[in-house]
Amino acid sequence: MRRWLPSALAALALAGTAGGARAQERSVTLWHAYGEEEAAGLRRALDTFRREHADTRVDVVHNAFGAYASKLESAIPTGHGPDVFIDAHERLSVYVELGLVEAMDPPDFATRLDFFGAHLQALEVDNALYGLPLAVKCAALYLNEDHVTDTPRSLEDVERLRGDLPEGVWPLVYEAESAYWDAALLHAYGGALVDEDGAWAFEGPGAETMLAHVVRLTREGVVPEEPNGDLVRQLFASGQAASAISGPWLAPALPSDLRWRVVPLPRVEGAGGAPMRPYVTVEGVMLASGARDRALAQELMQFLAGAEGSLPRAVTGRQVVASRTAWEDPRIADDVFLGTFRRAADAGRIMSTHPHQRMAFEPAEKAIRKVIRGDVGAGAALAEAHRRFDNVTRPPPPERSPTMAVIAVGLLLFLACLWLVRRAQSAQVRAEVRASLPAYKYVAHAFVAVGVLVIAPLLVGAGASFFGGRGTDMHYVGLANYADIITAAGGGILDHGSFWLTLLVTVLWTALNVILHVVIGVALALVLHRPTMKLKAPYRVLLILPWAVPNYVTALSWKGMFHRQFGAMNAILEGLGAEPVSWFGQWSTAFGANVATNVWLGFPFMMVVTLGALSAIPKDLYEAAAVDGATAWQRFKLITLPLLKPMLAPAVAMGSIWTFNMFNVVFLVSGGEPDGSTEILVSEAYRWAFTRSSQYGYAAAYAVLIFGVLLLGTRRFAKRLDGMGDTA
Amino acid sequence: MSGGAAQPGGRAILMETLAHLALVAAVAFALYPVLWVVTLALSSGDAPDPVVIPFPDSPSLDNFEAVAGRTSADGEVWLFGLQLMNSVVIALATALTAVVIATPAAYALSRFRFVGAKAATGTLLATQMFPGVAAAIPLYLMLSYLDLIDTRTGLILVYATTAVPFAIFQMRGAFDGIPRDLEEAAMVDGASRFGAFVRVVLPAARPALAVTILFAFMTAWNEFILAATFMSREEMFTLPVVLQRYVGEFDARWGAFAAGAILVSVPVMALFYVLQRHLVAGLNAGGVKG
Repeated sequence: MRRWLPSALAALALAGTAGGARAQERSVTLWHAYGEEEAAGLRRALDTFRREHADTRVDVVHNAFGAYASKLESAIPTGHGPDVFIDAHERLSVYVELGLVEAMDPPDFATRLDFFGAHLQALEVDNALYGLPLAVKCAALYLNEDHVTDTPRSLEDVERLRGDLPEGVWPLVYEAESAYWDAALLHAYGGALVDEDGAWAFEGPGAETMLAHVVRLTREGVVPEEPNGDLVRQLFASGQAASAISGPWLAPALPSDLRWRVVPLPRVEGAGGAPMRPYVTVEGVMLASGARDRALAQELMQFLAGAEGSLPRAVTGRQVVASRTAWEDPRIADDVFLGTFRRAADAGRIMSTHPHQRMAFEPAEKAIRKVIRGDVGAGAALAEAHRRFDNVTRPPPPERSPTMAVIAVGLLLFLACLWLVRRAQSAQVRAEVRASLPAYKYVAHAFVAVGVLVIAPLLVGAGASFFGGRGTDMHYVGLANYADIITAAGGGILDHGSFWLTLLVTVLWTALNVILHVVIGVALALVLHRPTMKLKAPYRVLLILPWAVPNYVTALSWKGMFHRQFGAMNAILEGLGAEPVSWFGQWSTAFGANVATNVWLGFPFMMVVTLGALSAIPKDLYEAAAVDGATAWQRFKLITLPLLKPMLAPAVAMGSIWTFNMFNVVFLVSGGEPDGSTEILVSEAYRWAFTRSSQYGYAAAYAVLIFGVLLLGTRRFAKRLDGMGDTA
Repeated sequence: MSGGAAQPGGRAILMETLAHLALVAAVAFALYPVLWVVTLALSSGDAPDPVVIPFPDSPSLDNFEAVAGRTSADGEVWLFGLQLMNSVVIALATALTAVVIATPAAYALSRFRFVGAKAATGTLLATQMFPGVAAAIPLYLMLSYLDLIDTRTGLILVYATTAVPFAIFQMRGAFDGIPRDLEEAAMVDGASRFGAFVRVVLPAARPALAVTILFAFMTAWNEFILAATFMSREEMFTLPVVLQRYVGEFDARWGAFAAGAILVSVPVMALFYVLQRHLVAGLNAGGVKG
């Protein structure tokens, strides 16, 4: 403990002067966010590389996928990033815009020849090559051989399995509500999500026929309701599904005693026998900008993508490698599993590198869900999705001249300085400041720490709200982001996802949660605090469990409990003889599910704070009251409550603010379902920042508005906190 | 309340029974979702049957072994141990730093009138209102400028400062509740103001200190995004980062994820068990006598 404190202070004092000397040997750093099995294959490939380059050091960082993109975005521009990193090709165009990657030296003819032209093209932007293809990923059809003997020739064949399967076995599982997975069917019907130029294409007869087909699959019980990736894995692994549409990553999750095989996706009779064409992702190893040893970095890239580096990735990592030479090796060529996925990829459709491709998924998915639930017809849902897509892909507001802003800020600063100088001249103020000096000794370090590490980043972040565009294309736009949000540009003022409706939901969410937190927390603390209470310690420890277990796990456990077909809530309801509820199908129950989860997560904190506060109430007060003959209720009302209030005020104030910004629960439990109506302001901001093409300026404007709303809403609390010192 | 014990007979027993019933119901509510996590952690590949009481078909500790037994690629470093150490060191240091930074400031806010006190309180509250989404990248730039990327010190500082505002409010509330006569008496006896603060006021504020320490510890213990972004070497990762790695873009190993989550929550329970003694030790125990 003693070691880091001086070093922390020294670092603060000597900001920026440090920087350790690095060894002079050649070295290269590689980042990836693979799963276990693929990581193992990569490790073996790198072992070979290290053997062949004894004088170099290869550092590998295995990142968590959830923070990968934002980590690349922060680390590479500041020189803390990798020299090469592995990612999917469809994110490349964003990385190019942000300046995170740099073009490779054009590879020689033999290297180029080792890959399919289309795979190389996937890693090109404006004719410059930024990486080399490592592997391709796409969907294929897994068949459970106990249930299916002959390979189905068409999707309709799979549907017809329904009559012949044992009770409780689904003919097919796949993520039918996801645009990514439904795209295979959409392509069979001649449709597409976006066209080559990144324009919306998910409409017209192809799209509507596809939606009708998906609705049929769900209604007729061919696929289960509310399917997610986890359900697909569980149902197929446990033999409760005759077939599954999934990627190569499903295989390692299957138990060894399951008899299965994999075939390319079937044809669709309804589409005139056209095959389902899944989306194909080309995973590439990309050259990070500012790579320290460019030559070595490219050598590593060529090695990994080439035959020698591909072999262990295919054999151990089970990757469908892109290198054509590698496929000449019998260990890969004779592998039926890999061969099938390779054929599936050849027949698939490589995802467009256009940045709009990725932004099409969210609106398309909302439309698909609405149609499956039967809320609206396909035509209306698709039209709405088109509008939403246009809203998230609209060009950033035009550049404005910052002159006015500079003048305004300058004027404000000048006035502030003037005011300070005037105040400093007054003798009374100077005397007050002098009298304050002893107090400053107690607060100075807190002031510096919070100022540097909390307030400064927040101010910079808030500043971003005046900018539009991304990466190298950032420009000053004045108040345009705010204007767009407040006027709900691109939609009705009370549409789902509009600022005002979301604000309403957020306020309701905060009020309900905080009231329940306080009531449950205080009640439990009061019961636990009773002097005659036995077993206090075990109760207390068990009751903080919801706080102790990481909430990203328990939130998912709650989501699972609310599943339409497999959740415990509906099992309980059915046990009581009630109809099962589609929890995320309507606003009230979806919102209720979110609140239940968050109340569960939050009451222990309030309980602990109350326990601490209760023990600070002098016991003699109660004794005196008892002597005076006060009833238990009077003691609570006249002693406990008034004394508890000021001590709980900080926790309630902070708790309200945290709940207002409680992003995890909404994101993980309802995910905004149905149709974005349970989204709260901060989860909406998050979507703009991360899933809707990194519009940081827009997200920052959201953040500033949230700040403003909270500032207005908590003025009363703030007064109470301010007045606390005076009441004592 | 204390009068309840004096009342003889049936009513007291009824009250006790009701209290226990309420607590058992609350414990059931608290435990039920965790039960699902435990089941997931103990099973290798369970079917998602709609059951009310979850229980693994064939319980096994494989997931726990896989998570806790992680070593580096060459098998020489016990990575899980290292990362557990990181988490413990970072969370404890965060709790300590936060308390060290916050307590004197809270004391000053409670006992002194000084220029800027109001503005400081308002600003502290305001910092909590700004969603963190907007600050992550500037914070990274800041730490990079201070050369604190990929160091425990950097992460500790960030966590501690995030925990400071709540800690200040919490401690200030506690100090407000402690009579001024306490330290004035000590100062009459020759203690300096700071001496009186450390030796008399702090011990009396033990319950609030326990809450603050637990809160700051939790801030650091479960945090994932900043840890994943600021740490770029595997030996520096904290447990939540490692846990999140079990959930990839397409594949998710929920069993291991759940097992990891349970392992992660054990130290929190242990810490709480240690701290809860102080939670109920109020004014009448310890502090006042000194």
